[in-house]
This record gives sequence, structure tokens and C-alpha cells, in this order.
Amino acid sequence: MSEYLLDVQDLHTSFFTDAGEVQAVNGVSFHLDPGEILGIVGESGSGKSVTAYSIMQILADTGRIVGGRILYKGDDLSKFSEKQMQKFRGKSCSIIFQDPMTSLNPVFTIGSQLKEAVVLHTDKRGKEADERVIELLELVGINEPQKRVKQYPFEHSGGMRQRVMIAMALACEPDILIADEPTTALDVTIQAQILELIQELQLKLGMAVILVTHDLGVIASMCDNVVVMYGGRICERGTASEIFYHPKHEYTKGLLRSIPNVNNMKERLVPIAGTPINMLNLPKGCSFCARCDNAMKICLDRVPEELEINENHKASCWMNVKQAFEEGGAAV
Amino acid sequence: MSAPLVEVRNLKQYFPVKTGFFGTKPLKAVDDVSFYVNPGETLGLVGESGCGKTTVGRSLIHLYTPTSGEVYFNGERVEKGNIKQMRRRMQMVFQDPYSSLDPRMTVEDIIGEPLDVHGLYKTKAERRERILSLMETVGLNAEHARRYAHEFSGGQRQRIGIARALAAEPQFIVCDEPVSALDVSIQAQVINMFEELQDKLGVAYLFIAHDLLVVHHISDRIAVMYLGKIVEIADADDVNNNPMHPYTISLLSAVPIPDPDIARSRKRILLEGDVPSPLNMPSGCAFRTRCRYATEQCAQSCPSLTDRGNGHMVACFNR
Repeated sequence: MSEYLLDVQDLHTSFFTDAGEVQAVNGVSFHLDPGEILGIVGESGSGKSVTAYSIMQILADTGRIVGGRILYKGDDLSKFSEKQMQKFRGKSCSIIFQDPMTSLNPVFTIGSQLKEAVVLHTDKRGKEADERVIELLELVGINEPQKRVKQYPFEHSGGMRQRVMIAMALACEPDILIADEPTTALDVTIQAQILELIQELQLKLGMAVILVTHDLGVIASMCDNVVVMYGGRICERGTASEIFYHPKHEYTKGLLRSIPNVNNMKERLVPIAGTPINMLNLPKGCSFCARCDNAMKICLDRVPEELEINENHKASCWMNVKQAFEEGGAAV
Repeated sequence: MSAPLVEVRNLKQYFPVKTGFFGTKPLKAVDDVSFYVNPGETLGLVGESGCGKTTVGRSLIHLYTPTSGEVYFNGERVEKGNIKQMRRRMQMVFQDPYSSLDPRMTVEDIIGEPLDVHGLYKTKAERRERILSLMETVGLNAEHARRYAHEFSGGQRQRIGIARALAAEPQFIVCDEPVSALDVSIQAQVINMFEELQDKLGVAYLFIAHDLLVVHHISDRIAVMYLGKIVEIADADDVNNNPMHPYTISLLSAVPIPDPDIARSRKRILLEGDVPSPLNMPSGCAFRTRCRYATEQCAQSCPSLTDRGNGHMVACFNR
């Protein structure tokens, strides 16, 4: 078996709350190759962020990985000691968060916060570390880094802070950068700057990127491969063009019909009926069955298995099984 | 052409901001904005955060008292003295469906409040009947009338807010980012509802949002704001297919389009740097610090909106 950079196998993550167990991630598997940009798309509560946090092992106190494995270059992360894990975070894999306003400490200067990351993860000290900080700020396109290192986060705009966060994440050139809704809090023109920066850095440093977002537009312009999540499960995965032009899961199809696009400006949108899923009360079958127009009896009872549509595309929807059966009577 | 329903002339809204111990300085949130909205039409208002688009909406229905400028509704001037009667005809839907509904009121009372304020019923039974029919109009289950706002999801709460705005049978509704707090799959439900209500009731909207695809979809005309000023205003398709102001051009090129082939083939026109502070505005044209076409003239005076044909108004010297 070939080794992937990151291999997530049948991941289950649950939160144990007063109201009961919330199965936020429910059997998610995917892998990441070096230099790949993978998009994870889904709405709030789909489990996309929890998947990212599970990889970094930075879940909230009530959360726990209850099943599955995460392999980094073949090594099982759950076997890592806390010390190894610390090394993994930062050196192998870094994360940037949605809200650049709250992810920086307001009482320390930008420079000292960046230096902390550099000192912690590399053997650069003193002057050498300071130089590295300036270099990192230059890398993410911040003007006058000498002046900026002495400033506090409140003196920076949202876009600048997100650049600082990216600089921090890149401090020791990780193999994987996880970006959790990196531009959701930013304005469109600033969003474009940050996306461009991530793309540029990805090319320059050759790292792999996992981009977690709810914005299909961001996915379309950035990602090689896409994973669509709903209710803690993966609905569909494939290359961006397969997912956007030949969706094979009812949720993806519905999602694409429900957003305004350049081609449907004069038509009425087709919304997905119903309300988002209640994670405390997951259906027995497919997560999406309650909102699906084409739900069949089997959808309510059994979780659909993933079916290969072609080598670049897999989907978990009983409709495909039905279609395959009708077409060729294939034994499924 | 028929007379506009709402006309805004030279609207200015300044907020005093403390600078140091003694002084205050005016923050020009909205600086000399004029536009009109026709009956039954949707005017989209787009711009980035801090450009003053929400303030325009709020000043328009006197949630803030404008510093100067006039608002006319059906030819009648909207003033402090008549705002209560005017608000029967002009209503507002707010961005955040979580904070814009009183948690201690039942849905029935929230939707019924405009009816109470304007005395729009004679008997209790009539009041209830109207509330239930409003709930039905926005797709809420009438059985839920006695429930509280927290028992509803975000999309349903936004429907409550819309039912409340519709209660007084207005001809004009200011919609301030009504879908941005909602999940993608719910947005379309609410957008469709706005469009259906317009077809049915002939109500006009000022639709304020930062999502350009949503605004393009719902609007007949679009106004683009930058730092308190309208820089371009035209038919929705004109703005999108033939943008003229350099800010509009880069704003549109920055919108992520959910189509991989289009998204990858086009070029983003990146703007340098950030929006200047509205407390410390550049002289002349506010956009010149980030503009590729900026010249001497832009620093000296501020361009005003001029017609480039077909009502396509642009405020730029060089385009």
C-alpha cells in the first residue's frame, strides 16, 4: 500500500454533552497527497471543522475521537505522546482559524507572538529568530515588517491579522496547512487577497492544504479535490469539476441549485426544503433523507455505502445504487 | 417614467467620535448620497463592511436622525414629526435573526406589535386572524404562534422578522443583510420568499448585502458604495456585465464564483492594502489610494455621479 501524507480512516468524533452524545463526525475517511489542495465543504454542523480539529487533536474538553485512525506518513497519531503531538502541530501540520480577531493574543506584540512559534519549533534563537520573524512577515506580504513586529494586534486590520496568523502557521514550513474558514470573517476584496496568498504560498512551499469552508465559490476557485459533508458524514468526493458539473449526491445537487450562480440570475432559486439536521437526533439511515426529494424507503433505514462513479468521483447515495441496478443489474 | 416611491437627496450621516480628551471629530458614515427606488422595485446596495450601507438604510427610516439631506416617500418628506405614520409604509428587516426579536415575546406578539402600534384592527379576533394569515404568508406554521423566538431555527426567525415587517402592509422594506446569517441551504428559501412577496404584494426593497451574487440575483438595479459614497449605480446586469468604476471592477473580480472553470480562467484584480479609516479619509476621491487609474485630479476634487447612458451612473474622472 502506498503511503499518503495524511490518511484519515473511518474517523468518529463525538461530544459528550449534558443533552447526550453528539456524533459530530461519523465515519469520515479521506487522504491527502503532498502539495494537494483539498476542500471540505458543508454547512454549519456538518462536522467539517470537527474533522479538522480531530486531525490536530485540539478538540474541546467534551470532545473525543471514539473510533478510526489518523495516519501521518503512515504513523498513527493516536499513538503519539503529548510531546510528539506538540511537534506534529506546527512542524508537520498547522492550522489557521476563522476569526483572526480572536486568535491572536491582544496583550503581546505581533513580533513576540511570532517569535514564540519560531523558538518553540525551530532551533533559531535570539537575533536569528528575530530575522526569521521579519522574513515570515515579508513572505505573507506585510509591508514594513520592522515596524509591524512592534505593534499589537488591535493596530492591524482583519486582513493583516489573518496574514499574521498565516505567517505563524508557516513558521516551520509544515507539510500540511489546515485553513478553517480562513476568509469567512473578511470582506470580498480582502478575501481575494488572502486566497491568492494561500495559493501562492502553496506553490512556493509545496505544502498540502486542507481548506474547510461553507463557500462553494471559494472551493471552486481553490481546490483540486473536494469532500462534501452533511450531518457528520461524507456525501460525495471527487475532483472539483466532477463535483460541480456532475454531482451524484442529492445534497450536492440541491446545494448547487440553491445558490445564485452566473448562469441562473434570471431564474428562481431551487431551495433545499426543511431545516438543518439536529445532530442530537441523527436519522438511522442517510443523514440527508429528511430533506431529500427523492428519498426512498431504504434511505431511511440504511446508511448508503460509498459507490465509485468513476476513478475521480465517489458518492454515498442510494440513488446511484438504484441507477446502477437498473442499468446493468449489477449485484451491489 | 413613474414617480419614484422613495427618493433620497444628499443624505449625510455623521457620527461624532471622541479624539483625545476634548475634541470630537465627525465620522462621515454616509456622505452625500442620493438615489431613488421605484414602486415594486428592488435596489441592491453593496459594499464592504464599514462603507455605510447599513447606515443608509437606518437613516432612511430615521432609526438615526440624518445629519442633513432629505428623504421623500411618495413625494412627501419624511421628518421626525411624521415618522410614525411613515413607518406604516416603510419597514425594516434586520441582519441578525437572533438579536432582532425580543426573547420574552411570543411570535404572536412580535408580529402583532406593528398592528398594535398603528391600531390596525378593531377586535382581538381580527388581530389574531391577521397574525395567523401573516404567518402563513411567510411559511410559518400557525400552530406555533404562542411559541417564543428561541424555539425557532435561524431561517424561521428571519421569517418571523419578515412577517413583522409585513404586518403594517408597507410599500417599502429596507432589508439589511437579511440572509447573511443563514446557512447556504436556507438562504435560497428566504431569497425566494422575498421575490414571491414582491410579485404578490408589489412591495419595493432596498436590499443591503455584501454577497454580490445574491444581490445580483434579487435586484433590478444595484448601487455600489465605498467609504460613505455611491460610486456606481445602474441596472443589475449592467453593473455585472459592464462595471465602470475601478472599485466595482475589482469588487466583482474578487467574488468567488461557484464554477471551477470560470473561477480558474478569470483573473482577480487585487486591490492593494485596506480600506482607509473613515476618520482619516483621503482628499478628493476616497478610492484613489487603492486605485490603478488615480491621477492628480483625483486627489484634488471628488468626482460626482454622471450618467454614462441608460441611467448607468458612475463617479470617476478616468473611466
